[in-house]
Amino acid sequence: MSERSDIVIIGAGPAGMACAIEAAGKGLSAVVLDENPAPGGQIYRSVESVGQKRLDILGPDYAKGKALVSAFRETAGIDYRPCSTVWNIGSDRRVEFSQGGRSFGILAGSVVVATGALERPSPVPGWTLPGVTTVGALQILLKGSGVVYDDAVLVGAGPLLWLLAAQLVDAKTPPKAIVETTPPRHVLGLLPQLFGSLAAPGYLRKGLSMMRKVRRAGIPHHSGATNIRIEGDSQATAVRFESRGRSHHIASSTIALHQGVVPNQQITRLLQCDHFWDDSQKCFRPLLDERRQTSIQRVFVAGDGAGIEGAASAEMQGRLVGLLIAAEAGHVENERIDSLQSQLKREASVRPFLEKLYAPSSEVLSPADETIVCRCEEVSAGAIRKAVDDGAPGPNQVKSFLRTGMGPCQGRVCGLAVASVISQRTGKPPEDVDYYRIRPPLKPLQLSELAAYDGASPDKAVG
Amino acid sequence: MVSLIDDIEGQITFLFEGQPVTARPGDTVASALAAANTRHLRDSVVSGEPRGVFCMMGACFDCLVEIDGVQNRQACMTPVADGISVKRQRGGVEVAL
Repeated sequence: MSERSDIVIIGAGPAGMACAIEAAGKGLSAVVLDENPAPGGQIYRSVESVGQKRLDILGPDYAKGKALVSAFRETAGIDYRPCSTVWNIGSDRRVEFSQGGRSFGILAGSVVVATGALERPSPVPGWTLPGVTTVGALQILLKGSGVVYDDAVLVGAGPLLWLLAAQLVDAKTPPKAIVETTPPRHVLGLLPQLFGSLAAPGYLRKGLSMMRKVRRAGIPHHSGATNIRIEGDSQATAVRFESRGRSHHIASSTIALHQGVVPNQQITRLLQCDHFWDDSQKCFRPLLDERRQTSIQRVFVAGDGAGIEGAASAEMQGRLVGLLIAAEAGHVENERIDSLQSQLKREASVRPFLEKLYAPSSEVLSPADETIVCRCEEVSAGAIRKAVDDGAPGPNQVKSFLRTGMGPCQGRVCGLAVASVISQRTGKPPEDVDYYRIRPPLKPLQLSELAAYDGASPDKAVG
Repeated sequence: MVSLIDDIEGQITFLFEGQPVTARPGDTVASALAAANTRHLRDSVVSGEPRGVFCMMGACFDCLVEIDGVQNRQACMTPVADGISVKRQRGGVEVAL
């Protein structure tokens, strides 16, 4: 027989941990499945184990994660299972996952998807070369292992670009340059959104202080960069781009790309939850009701997996979902629920400004014909456009024609870029173009493991 | 060039392409190889072009390596362990008969 649990939470970042703390605190059984060996997600990655030096570099917002992780560890009744990869969720809410080379199934009263965000694809020529990473990857190397490169060039748009640059300055390995796709002095046109964001002034203060630190360190900064291409034969050797009417060439073996983060839709798509296109965030989001429940009964989303709101909001959303599920079991805490709802509104007030300021560059939304979009199967934007011209109306048909999204990453990286290329070619809005249909297993698992899995499936119980 | 922030000694030794690499507790195979300034982790199954670490968080599958004879392991999601043998993944998976 499968185990049962009141709640199965997928992901041990701020949202998943906070949800487990609230639910288990009210006596509900809560299983937390997470792929990583320690809690924290990407935002608080390794926060329990880093030394003072790394804590100082990563800053107070990162160090804050320590308290949340300790509370998570200390709350009785949380059944935390690290190194667990969820590979399927059935319509009966049986969550199937792999841990240590074996697969297990747990029947969940409620499923809470807390799988967070991924970096938006940044397809530019040369982005598959070794030495080219996401900006997030460089930050993970810094958080997890204290690994830094002294020649990093950070390319793209978004607050993470400046945050990592400031952290690298503090680590005494400042980036060689910042190449922003954001147009110069763009901020002046955003005064209405800036005014709206004053309810959450902490973000603006933090942003300005990061930028000041980077500027004071004398790091070359280019804005409005276009025609970005990474050079190299077997590994990145330079980045080339144009900015303010001039061509630039910066030699480097470490080039990190970033165009903001977007919800990780893999599980909500697998469950065929309804999604909508958010034109402000330029991404798909699962449709949620006021309780953060998806269109599928008893499947909830907490954190950035439902739209990008940041780590503080993710934690509040996790608490909210935990409290709401506990309320159904009779543990009603209306005051805390109301207070979390209003705090969440305040936190969200900075988003319209950030989304306008750091809108993804048109170059990554509509890459040149020769640029590879699907990294796994090496499919170019031009090939996708040709498939559209030949009659493929959406990502699933392009997938059948060209194998986009059929490699091991299963469209995690290229999905939004493929949808965007198709949308622009057909003239249809992204919502009508739709997204890849996601099928189990969510991540590859060995046939021997699948064969040995007995998961007490309904068929077996009957047979 | 790559460098390390802390002065933690490497305590774990594993093999990459037959050569010993030292790693520290908490490292993944990918971060240990990054610290050793190794960028090329596999060859693409389509063009054979070299690939390395890209996302470091288990999403992109660009860091697939062979560990102790098992292919398709995500280097960024696999904690290092003493004595493991890691190899570059070359091309497609061959099924042993």
